[in-house]
Amino acid sequence: MKGLRRRLVTCLFFVLVFFVWEAMFRARIWSRVLVPSPVDVFVYLYHAAREGTLFVATWVTFKRLLIGYGSGLLTGALLGFLNARFRIADATLGVITLGFQTLPSVCWVPLSLLWFGQTEAAMQFVVIMGTVWSMAIAVADGVRNIPPIYGRAARTMGATGFNLWFCVMLPATLPFLVSGMKQSWAFAWRSLMAAEIYVTILTGFGLGHLLHYGRELHAMDQVLGIILVIIVLGLVITRLVFTPMEQFLARRWGTVK
Amino acid sequence: MTVPAGNSDQSAAKLSVQHVGKTFRANHGDVEALHDISLEIRDHEFICLVGPSGCGKSTLLNIIAGLEKPTSGQVQEDGTAIAGPGPDRMMMFQEHALFPWLTVHGNVMFGLNRRSQLTRKDRLAIARDHLDLVGLSQFAGAGIHQLSGGMKQRVALARALAPNPRVMLMDEPFASLDAMTREQLYGDLQRIWTERRKTIVFVTHNVREAVCLGDRVFVFDINPGRITAEFRIDLPRPRNMNDVGLARHAAEITQVLKTMAEAAGGNP
Repeated sequence: MKGLRRRLVTCLFFVLVFFVWEAMFRARIWSRVLVPSPVDVFVYLYHAAREGTLFVATWVTFKRLLIGYGSGLLTGALLGFLNARFRIADATLGVITLGFQTLPSVCWVPLSLLWFGQTEAAMQFVVIMGTVWSMAIAVADGVRNIPPIYGRAARTMGATGFNLWFCVMLPATLPFLVSGMKQSWAFAWRSLMAAEIYVTILTGFGLGHLLHYGRELHAMDQVLGIILVIIVLGLVITRLVFTPMEQFLARRWGTVK
Repeated sequence: MTVPAGNSDQSAAKLSVQHVGKTFRANHGDVEALHDISLEIRDHEFICLVGPSGCGKSTLLNIIAGLEKPTSGQVQEDGTAIAGPGPDRMMMFQEHALFPWLTVHGNVMFGLNRRSQLTRKDRLAIARDHLDLVGLSQFAGAGIHQLSGGMKQRVALARALAPNPRVMLMDEPFASLDAMTREQLYGDLQRIWTERRKTIVFVTHNVREAVCLGDRVFVFDINPGRITAEFRIDLPRPRNMNDVGLARHAAEITQVLKTMAEAAGGNP
């Protein structure tokens, strides 16, 4: 009952936003090139969806994300593990990890363009550079924070080698893994949008490209429409992927986040 | 409550601790944690080790578990030298050491899943029986964080007993519990030990606890860690913490510990 009421309030709020926006558009305070009607935005989205541009662009963006984010996660996890386990790795790679973590990944765009040219690789390089470091830091923290008693208990129960790592050490780092994955996801998403806006390539137009061309064509309805799509996608991914993981952690670990 | 089915064999092991010494390397020089410890423990025997902190009693337990190697001497289990940890010797710790990513049932299954000779059906039955044994079957699906401290140690006990080890090594398992819960667990442990007849080595600070549980109580002294006295407790079981005979034994052992502490204080 309470949840229903809350949702109703949220819906009413957005209906209100819609009408205020439309009212401001009609008042002609700003040029309609700068502030289009919300109706135009939805009309654009409708047409883009009917033509298929929207879905193609979303799929292109997603493919890049999956490849870049996926390989970034794996590399980051491996790097974090090395940093946590070997002092020599921590003194060398660990410093690089911390340093690059502070660098906004869009800074890799110029280098990426010169190295890889206008290719998919250029895009993925930027996404990977956005993902790896925060994942590595989270995994290193996770491995360092495994209570030693888990290993001792598991060893007396007959867990050794692969079994010990896979059934005890890995799940023991889960809270850190999940927060690392979530943070890396946010970085990957931002990196890719930056890359798509800056790098024009012919192997596929992603959502970032639609934004970019929206600006070039002075099509503000397109710009705002795509921004809306990006927001909704972000929310959907969080709901579908990360919320269930966090719910599992809360249920088992009893952590309330 | 009865002995769990499918796991009824009451095999227990003899332990023979032979001239075990353990020296730790530290920055300020070597520390001799254990000095020439020798102990013969019969099968089905309940042994308690008491002594001040840092006397090496937990180190001895870790050596028997195979988690640490002695610097000198060896420990034999039924005539075979112990080379590493093995599921024939289960350990319980002061912290419950239960895995938070598994449910109560999942934790009890952990050791069983590493026993290849059991079928899945056997494992499930054994896990259920052991949760019954510690009175927690209705919590099988619960998360670890939902349990009280006493319940957690009960699950840890079920987890350690389920793979049917021949030896149980218990490192102050009840030290962090409140007095009421602890007394309940003394009762549970005595009942389970009477049914399952494991060889148990139990480390504690608490002299009464040692007298309540053990067939024999060994007193450790510090610097270097060594055994200074042995007491045989011949009280009938089940024993009650508040029993007069038990208190008399405890007083005697406490006196030994006091004398030791005074000697250590006067001789820095």
